[in-house]
Amino acid sequence: MSDDIYREIILDHYRNPRNKGKIDNADVVIHDSNPLCGDQIDIYLKVVEGQIKDIKFDGKGCAISQASASMLTEMVMDKPLTTAKDISKDEVLENIGLTNLGPARIKCALLSLKVLKMGMVKYYSDKEPTTAEKMEKDSNLF
Amino acid sequence: MQSSELETNKIRNDFPILTRKINGKPFVYLDNASTTQKPLSVINKIVNYYSFYNSNIHRAVYDIAEEATHAYELTRQKVCKFINANSPQEIIFTRNATEAINLVSYSWGRKNIQKGDLIILSEQEHHSNIVPWQILAKEKNAKIKYLKIDKTGNLNLNELEAYLNSNNNNIKLISLCHMSNALGNIIPIDKIINMAHAYGIPVFVDGAQSVPHLTTDVNSLDCEFLAFSAHKMLGPTGVGILYGKKNILEEMDPFICGGDMIKEVHKEKTLFNDLPYKFEAGTPNIADVIGFSSALDYLNEIGMDNIRNHEIELTKYALEKMSELKQIKVYGDVNLQNRGGIISFNLGDIHPHDLATILNEDCIAIRSGHHCAQVLMEKLEVSATSRVSFYIYNTKEEINIFINALGKAIKLFQL
Repeated sequence: MSDDIYREIILDHYRNPRNKGKIDNADVVIHDSNPLCGDQIDIYLKVVEGQIKDIKFDGKGCAISQASASMLTEMVMDKPLTTAKDISKDEVLENIGLTNLGPARIKCALLSLKVLKMGMVKYYSDKEPTTAEKMEKDSNLF
Repeated sequence: MQSSELETNKIRNDFPILTRKINGKPFVYLDNASTTQKPLSVINKIVNYYSFYNSNIHRAVYDIAEEATHAYELTRQKVCKFINANSPQEIIFTRNATEAINLVSYSWGRKNIQKGDLIILSEQEHHSNIVPWQILAKEKNAKIKYLKIDKTGNLNLNELEAYLNSNNNNIKLISLCHMSNALGNIIPIDKIINMAHAYGIPVFVDGAQSVPHLTTDVNSLDCEFLAFSAHKMLGPTGVGILYGKKNILEEMDPFICGGDMIKEVHKEKTLFNDLPYKFEAGTPNIADVIGFSSALDYLNEIGMDNIRNHEIELTKYALEKMSELKQIKVYGDVNLQNRGGIISFNLGDIHPHDLATILNEDCIAIRSGHHCAQVLMEKLEVSATSRVSFYIYNTKEEINIFINALGKAIKLFQL
C-alpha cells in the first residue's frame, strides 16, 4: 500500500510544494498543528471581492500533510470564498488520491483543510458573524 | 541463528501475538519502549482471576475475596523484592508511571515547594516528567531548570554541581529519567543521587524505561522516589508503581481520596489509612496488578542481567547495520554501556511518519514522532524521529527485516 500512498504526485508536491511561503499583506493568517505527529501548517489568504486572490502555505511535517496542503492551495486559488468554504473532506482526499488512509494518517491529509476552514471562519467573523458561526457549526473539522 | 544467550525461540513461543502474520508477513514488533507484548502466563493469570476468584479486595471475609487480596498483595511483595525496597509499604500501585509522578508532584510538591524554589529536570524528560512540575511551579511561583544535554544526549554533571553549589538553598527536588525514552541514553543516576544528597536534596527517578531493562536496586541507589509502569515490562496496562521512602510517604497527604484510603471517617474529620493504602483510594485495578506478578516471575526467570546483555547485543548489531546506510542519522550515545535498547534515527529527509507507514507495509511496527519529548526534539533541532526499541523476544533476523525495509524506503523516496 505504501506504493499507493507515496505515488509520484504526492512525492512531487512534497519535494516541490506549490504556493509555499508567506503573503506579507494577507487578510488572514492562521496556524494549526497535529499534536499526534507534529505536522504544522500556516495558511495565508488574500481575499478580493469575495474571491481568494492568493493563498500560500508554510509548514513542516510528513509528505502527506505537506503535499496535501500544496494541492489544496491549487484547489482554491482564484475560487470564490463560497466555493472554498464548502469543500468537503472527501473532496480533498479524492483530489490527493488518498481515500484509504487509516485514522492516524487521515489527520495528516486533512490538516491543511482544517486550517483553511479555520482561516475562513476567522475572515468571516469580522464581516459576517452569522456566516462564521454557521461555518463553525456545520464543520466537523473542529 | 540465536541472537544471544537468551533462548529467543523458546521465549517467542510464550507470546501469542508474535505468531501473528499480517498480509502473510511475520509481525516484527520494534516498539517496546512504548509498550511490550504479554506472555501467555500474564494473560492466563488475568483470565484465571476473572474466571475463578473475581472479588473486591481488602474488605470482604469470604474465601475468594481473601484469595484476591492475597494475590494482589503478593504482587506488591514481588515488586518490593524486584526493586529491593525495604518494605511493601513503600510500593504504591497507580494507573501508570505518569500517575505516580503526578501523585508526588501533588502530594509531596504542594507541601514542600514554596515560592522561589527550584526544581531540576533535564532536556530529555518525557512530558510526564515535565508537565506536572510545570503546573506545580506555576501554582507555587517556583522555578524549573533544565539540565542541558550534549550532542550525544549526555548530561553535564558539572552543570548540576554548579546549580547545587550556587542555589543550594533553593533547590528542592531533582527529577530525572534514568533512561531516555527517545534516545535510550542511560544517565549516571547513582552519581547524581550522591551529588544531590551531599546537599540534602531528594531525587525522583523516572524509571519507566530503565526498570524494565536494567537491574534496579532502590536500596543501593538511595533515591527518594521511583516511578515505573507494568506494561513496559510484560505486564498489563493500567498498573503503575510508585516507590517512595517510607518516612517521606508517611509525611505526605493523600492524592486521590475515597474508600480504602481511610481508617475512620466522621462528619468533621477523617483518619487516613496506613501506607501504602493511604494512596490507593477506591477499587484498584485488581486483575492487572495480579497479572503483573506473572510478568515479574517471567523477568526473574530470565534474569535482568541476561536481558540487558541481550539488548546490548541487538543494539550493537542494529547500529552496525544502520551505519552502513549513508542516508541515516542516529541520535544518542554510541557507547553501548551508556544506552539501552532504543535507537532514534532519521533516514534522509523522509518524515518519520512516512517511514513508519512504509515499514508498516512490511508488518514492522516502529514508533515515529516526538515521543512525548518535544523539549528534546527542539534541542536536537528536529520535529520528530523514528525509533526502534527492543526487548527479550526480538532477534537479529527481525533487525535484518527492518534494515531491508529501510532500503525500500530509500528507493521509494529516491534518497
